[in-house]
Amino acid sequence: MSAPILTLDGVSKRFVKPLDAASKFANLLGAGYTEQVVHAVDGVDLSVTQGEVVGLVGESGCGKSTLGRVVAGIHPPSAGRVSWRGQFTDEMDAQQRRAATLAIQMIFQDPMSSLNPRLRVTDIVGEAPVVHGLVGKAQQDAYVVEMLERVGLDPSYRRRYPHQFSGGQRARIGIARALAVNPQFLVCDESVAALDVSIQAQVLNLFMKLRDELNLTYLFISHDLSVVRHLSDRVVIMYLGRVVEAAPASELFKGPQHPYAQALLANVPSITARKKRFAPLKGEIPSPLHPPPGCHFHPRCPMAGPRCKAERPVLKQIAPGHVAACHLHDGGVGALAA
Amino acid sequence: MAPVLEVSGLKTHFFTRAGTVKSVDGVDFHVDRGEVLGLVGESGSGKSVTGFSIMGLIDPPGKIVEGSIRLNGKELVGLDEEGFRKVRGREVAMIFQDPMMTLNPVLRVDTQMIEAVTAHDRVSHKAARERARDALAKVGIPSPEERLNAYPHQFSGGMRQRVAIAIALLHRPPLIICDEPTTALDVTIQSQILAEMQSLCAETGTALVWITHDLGVVAGLADRIAVMYAGRIVETGAVDPVLDAPLHPYTSGLLGSLPAEGEPGAPLRQIRGSTPSLARLPQGCAFAPRCDFAQADCLAQAPAVTAFPGERGVRCHHPLNLAGVAA
Repeated sequence: MSAPILTLDGVSKRFVKPLDAASKFANLLGAGYTEQVVHAVDGVDLSVTQGEVVGLVGESGCGKSTLGRVVAGIHPPSAGRVSWRGQFTDEMDAQQRRAATLAIQMIFQDPMSSLNPRLRVTDIVGEAPVVHGLVGKAQQDAYVVEMLERVGLDPSYRRRYPHQFSGGQRARIGIARALAVNPQFLVCDESVAALDVSIQAQVLNLFMKLRDELNLTYLFISHDLSVVRHLSDRVVIMYLGRVVEAAPASELFKGPQHPYAQALLANVPSITARKKRFAPLKGEIPSPLHPPPGCHFHPRCPMAGPRCKAERPVLKQIAPGHVAACHLHDGGVGALAA
Repeated sequence: MAPVLEVSGLKTHFFTRAGTVKSVDGVDFHVDRGEVLGLVGESGSGKSVTGFSIMGLIDPPGKIVEGSIRLNGKELVGLDEEGFRKVRGREVAMIFQDPMMTLNPVLRVDTQMIEAVTAHDRVSHKAARERARDALAKVGIPSPEERLNAYPHQFSGGMRQRVAIAIALLHRPPLIICDEPTTALDVTIQSQILAEMQSLCAETGTALVWITHDLGVVAGLADRIAVMYAGRIVETGAVDPVLDAPLHPYTSGLLGSLPAEGEPGAPLRQIRGSTPSLARLPQGCAFAPRCDFAQADCLAQAPAVTAFPGERGVRCHHPLNLAGVAA
């Protein structure tokens, strides 16, 4: 296995809502308001090797999008470090940082809110490469034509505005914009979630084609396990800010080890499961403002024991390349560790 | 046994400045007592407009131009607003995709539920509140007595959808139209809602029209499937034959597009092109421009429904998998 090109080392991202003036004043009188802190991402380790497709799966509020944004350099991590091609991002000089930011591009879920509605496609796709000096202003038009052809859009549409396209075409524009700066790594945040099945299949096929043509590496964020299964080499499952299980895709879908991963996989609707009895997981996803202590999953876990309420499980290797954070695989859930 | 709902030749058109949009253009189906019908299609296929037409929720510029909707033998097309007021909630209820849009954000849940009870039944405020509480308990909302005093924004997405289901069940209507009720929910929460709907319908004998784009959900829930494309039902039949041996190339293409079914990493079978504009439908079969099996007659003339035994039907000149239905 080659060396990882992207490494996250204990990365956390906290969002803090500062106290407003009224609560500060009330605190002077002894009201005892505290700041609200959301641990969106809580100590995540992740490494991605060249050419790999890593699927990042989880339900809403699990921090998968925030993690994607940390990787893409949109959010700085609150704790922990990100390294790109062996170099920590917080140690880079301005020029290296720009190179790293260009190399990691993001494709968002909703092209209607991530494409500027008042710019023509030729400017949406062509602006960044001109600004960064990848192509001259004079070559912009030819360059845009090349990019649009690459993602399967008719280049004669390049003078149009985003609202003149269908959802699937807009998704392709978002991909063309990301590809225009010659990235090596794409963070796809629910990039096919809003598309109809037949269009989704077209875009997934495009992602696979581009991977082969351009030797791209993907971090593919999705709540849709069937999409992730189809595309990914390795799958990482998150729950409330933490990684609960990570394994090669084939292995994970064959035998998930963490109770949450098992429940998630069992609950995915499939066209092969006819008239099935839905046997859901009890309870709701807790608020990341007040995550449960110990293992975040214990209030919903059918196998939770006393240890789960008190002690945070760490990721343990179960098989080569297969890790899970559960006390079941680390000495049992029974009594508190001494 | 007479079906709960019988829709025949339904045409709902929208008369816009850009032309007449034929959202629903000749739809026939029926739902039997206690049956779950999955109405499947992609965006713009007319599946939601079909649901709205049944509920009498089509506003100008839209209009039901033709056809009949019979609910328990009673004709709904042409019914006035006062007539619909008596039907909605008691004989047919609807659950929408986003309960944040259907629950009134400035009224407490009890106000909204008591209003729904007293709309049809002359009962005391206290009795109505008790019924509301029991309905919340039934859909699995913890501490229903306290939750009655909450506002919709104080519920999570899954819980809000439960409230919407509880309201739909207040009068035990024989039919509930569900328009993508679990699409906005997480997988584990979706499973909870589906389990809840399954047990409630088994208990009360309620029939469902389950409108969705998700074939996986339909496979797990429905008895029969109707696949819609460009305002028409292109294929219908029991779940197993439709999913195992689809007759219509569109159904087959849709199933092939599902990432779960293919070999991981292998290219997905995709349907080329995109859904046509409903204002400018091609002459002939609406699917022909995207169809791999289209021939000259497909472009010239729109296919009629070919019926097969076992309530199977397809709208195609050259259906696939014919060996399965001939036997």
